[in-house]
Amino acid sequence: MERHVLVVYPHPDDETFASGGTIALHTRAGTPVTYLCGTLGQMGRNMGKPFFANRETLPDVREKELRAACAALGIQDLRLLGLRDKTVEFEDPEALADRILAVMKEVRPSLLITYYPGFAVHPDHNALGAAAIRAVEKLPADERPVVHCSAFSRDCREKLGDPDVIIDITSVRDVKMAAIRAHRSQSEAMLARMERDPAFRAVREATLRQEVYWTYRV
Amino acid sequence: MGPIDRAAVQSALDRFAGKDVYLHLETTNGAYAARDSENAMAICAYIRNGLVRYERGVIRGDGPYRVGLKMENGWIYAEGLTDWEIDAEGRLLMAGHDAEGRLAIALELSETPFRM
Repeated sequence: MERHVLVVYPHPDDETFASGGTIALHTRAGTPVTYLCGTLGQMGRNMGKPFFANRETLPDVREKELRAACAALGIQDLRLLGLRDKTVEFEDPEALADRILAVMKEVRPSLLITYYPGFAVHPDHNALGAAAIRAVEKLPADERPVVHCSAFSRDCREKLGDPDVIIDITSVRDVKMAAIRAHRSQSEAMLARMERDPAFRAVREATLRQEVYWTYRV
Repeated sequence: MGPIDRAAVQSALDRFAGKDVYLHLETTNGAYAARDSENAMAICAYIRNGLVRYERGVIRGDGPYRVGLKMENGWIYAEGLTDWEIDAEGRLLMAGHDAEGRLAIALELSETPFRM
């Protein structure tokens, strides 16, 4: 059992889609989980299906959805970094790493979960993952958490090999689904497509059975 | 937001003409476009809180619609607009949504800065 898990992702819903099952297993085991969420996903293009949000209401909509998803997953410590969607890679990386470092020094996680820099498709994912790993590097070696990275670029298995951490999340499938539904503006179109497209459904179902990570050696 | 009423949008464009206004203009095909299709690139551009002044603003088309804003030294252009609203703060919000309800383009005007 972990002492404390720190999750660092840039968008409301990354925690759910990438790691919802993993987080639920930790919180059910009684492990405290802190989620450091970089942005409010202000520039998302999903607005609900049928759409109910617009560009200006989206950040408030997504913050409410995030809080509901965190409640479903058992996350009691949600912190918002206050960055803007799509701009993370343009921020000062050292300053960003220092903000994450301050949280690490406070909660002293035994495990950090973030995106694998360079293998997480969205520039915000790659940039915040890199900042989180930079923060780990700034810690003395004996205070560093284990780092599990999520990756899903087309070339991730070719370049990184197979993931070395495979989490069976079938026992918390319903919890992950509840968190997905909580992110209503972002998940309605996906859930509708799952109903009508069996191939798409099969791909998504796999993410409700297993979550995988690559251990990052700092 | 609801389907564009061309006459109502034209009235709104006329109200913002000749004033310094804050502009939000964006287009996107999604951050995962390049991952989800072999032959696609992820494309996005946005300007948030550009301070502009146009002398003539016109909506054209039969839906999806086009809007052109003619400035003293240039143009602002958007194509593919389907929906609109004047929000509680009096801002003109226009967007183009695809069949899945996803935003593909947005053009917004406000007399006060948009929230960062």
